[in-house]
Amino acid sequence: MAAVVTRDIVKTFGEVPAVNGISLNVPNGEFMVLLGPSGCGKTTFLRIICGLERQTSGDLLIGGDLVNDMPPRARGVAMMFQSYGLYPHFTVRNNIAFPLKTQGIPGAEISKKVEWASQLLGIGHLLDRRPRQLSGGERQRVALARALVRQPTALLLDEPLSNLDAKLRTSARQEIKQFQQRVGVTTIYVTHDQVEAMGMGDRIAVIDRGQVRQVGTPSEIYNDPADRFVATFVGAPPMNIVARNGGYLGFRPENFLPKDMVKDMVKDAAFTEFQFRVDRSEYLGSERIVYGVLEGFDTNEVVTAKLPPVHVAEAWIRPGEWHPFAVRDAALRHFGNDGKRTSRH
Amino acid sequence: MRRSSLVGVLQETSFYGAVAFFFVLAAFPFYWMLITSFKTNADLYNVNVTPFWFHDPPTLEHFRYLFDKTLFATWLLNSLIIGVCVTAITLVTALPAAYSLARMTGRNGEALGIGIFLTYLVPPTLLFLPLSRVIVDLGLQNSLWSLVVVYPTFTIPFCTWLLMGFFKALPVEIEEAAIVDGCSLFGAFVKMAIPLSLPGILTVVIFTFTLTLQEFVYALTFISAADQKPITLGVATDLVRGDVFFWGEIMAGALIASVPVAIAYNLFLDRFIGGITGGAVK
Ligand SMILES: Nc1ncnc2c1ncn2[C@@H]1O[C@H](COP(=O)(O)OP(=O)(O)OP(=O)(O)O)[C@@H](O)[C@H]1O
Ligand SMILES: [Mg+2]
Repeated sequence: MAAVVTRDIVKTFGEVPAVNGISLNVPNGEFMVLLGPSGCGKTTFLRIICGLERQTSGDLLIGGDLVNDMPPRARGVAMMFQSYGLYPHFTVRNNIAFPLKTQGIPGAEISKKVEWASQLLGIGHLLDRRPRQLSGGERQRVALARALVRQPTALLLDEPLSNLDAKLRTSARQEIKQFQQRVGVTTIYVTHDQVEAMGMGDRIAVIDRGQVRQVGTPSEIYNDPADRFVATFVGAPPMNIVARNGGYLGFRPENFLPKDMVKDMVKDAAFTEFQFRVDRSEYLGSERIVYGVLEGFDTNEVVTAKLPPVHVAEAWIRPGEWHPFAVRDAALRHFGNDGKRTSRH
Repeated sequence: MRRSSLVGVLQETSFYGAVAFFFVLAAFPFYWMLITSFKTNADLYNVNVTPFWFHDPPTLEHFRYLFDKTLFATWLLNSLIIGVCVTAITLVTALPAAYSLARMTGRNGEALGIGIFLTYLVPPTLLFLPLSRVIVDLGLQNSLWSLVVVYPTFTIPFCTWLLMGFFKALPVEIEEAAIVDGCSLFGAFVKMAIPLSLPGILTVVIFTFTLTLQEFVYALTFISAADQKPITLGVATDLVRGDVFFWGEIMAGALIASVPVAIAYNLFLDRFIGGITGGAVK
């Protein structure tokens, strides 16, 4: 177990930079989530850390040692591949045991650990099958077990839960998080699912086009986004952004509420009022998402409101109607013309 | 109803008709070899009966002649030695070559691979001249070891190119996972790439073995001592005397040489090709 530190890592394929100067400091035992859209360089970054790819420039330190020129096996990093990379000619048992065997761990201990890892992920009954006899989700769990089974310096997981159904995903999320806390292994977890990112990460690094946009705890990322990209990438539905006074104003859908409600809530704190024309609304069971536009703003800027259960009833709100809405001033976020966060304008 | 069943019958008939045609085409030479090797000479040269079946009882006289009056057993052994050695040399050379071309040379690998393959197409009738100098310099003239040296010059290029295709078809994640799990590059090659390309390796083995077994030009030019000859050469030179063809013996020799190869083809090819790499990646 060791800290992973990267300094200005750049990786270009031909002309195209896949990773464009990532400096990230993952302390020992931290669960760091890399969150970003498809093609932003997450996998490439992990491959650089585990040594399958050599960075074009920049330094990588694992446990304080510069490992730029160390081969993968000397780095002691475990990685779960986005596409699994199971060993098709081995049984599930031997797949999971393989990283232990290469380390020369005695047989009795190997079988104990394999047993433990397979129980953890609920694949104990599959140990004697081969990868081609497994479903997609089962393969994914075998790959995950193979990464978890040894004591790595750092654990790299590349979208480990993307192929599981919702229920399994929730329980696997629990398992991974608990495992990580118990073992205390430094973990870098790649996902583009923000629920996973928010729920699991000690900290989240939001990545876009090969660069880190913001690193912070889930609540920092959510409540204090550093720029418009982070603000609109995290949260579902994303933060509303409207142009105002040469800059941008942002507020989360759940803070955009009928004026009366806001008034009750904030007591005497300040709030900003908007006239909201409802265009369309979606009923989602526990909440209602309303889409519309604001009076006095560009009508191309669709604004969403997430209404709490009190207002879920259909009768209350109808398309075409204008309603007074408001946002607490404390929940307003300001962005400059370049998209960066500003305190006010 | 009737119409469609008639069409069905016609389709079936033409399908099996075509299959039967190609079956006869492919199997007839083999059948001819088989019956010829068991016919008595009197039966063989009797032009007044249909030649497709026995008229005298089958005989083993040709086989007896082969083993008693010629060095057939030695030739067989020579061919086996040459085949095994050449196959081993080919595998040891072509496997790492193909792997590095497939995985480590980027886009140049493709061009290099095709370049190597092209050398396979240079005909032996051109190459035996320079190669005979090499053989003389090595002091291997008139020895079966000259063929062990020469045959890899055409088996290695072809097999390298063939194996390259197999390695390219393997998902690279398998070897990468092995490397991250603690293998060296060589370890990943030995533990993952080689077992997973077993169908390719078997193809190479069978191909190389067959090729050395049937090669004639180099054998004819480099070897004249009867006890050093491989089977193709021995049968063709010692069983054709002037313009007398010992047809029964020639066919018996061919039969003995071809049956093991046919069995090997049927056992290995179908069983191993395909289905090994399933399930490795998404
Ligand atoms: N070997 C390569 N050669 C050329 N370009 C590559 C290579 N590998 C990745 N890229 C490019 O680098 C960029 C980042 O790829 P990467 O696989 O790291 O994305 P990702 O963030 O993991 O995406 P996803 O979420 O879809 O897995 C992409 O634009 C991709 O096309
Ligand atoms: Mg990826």
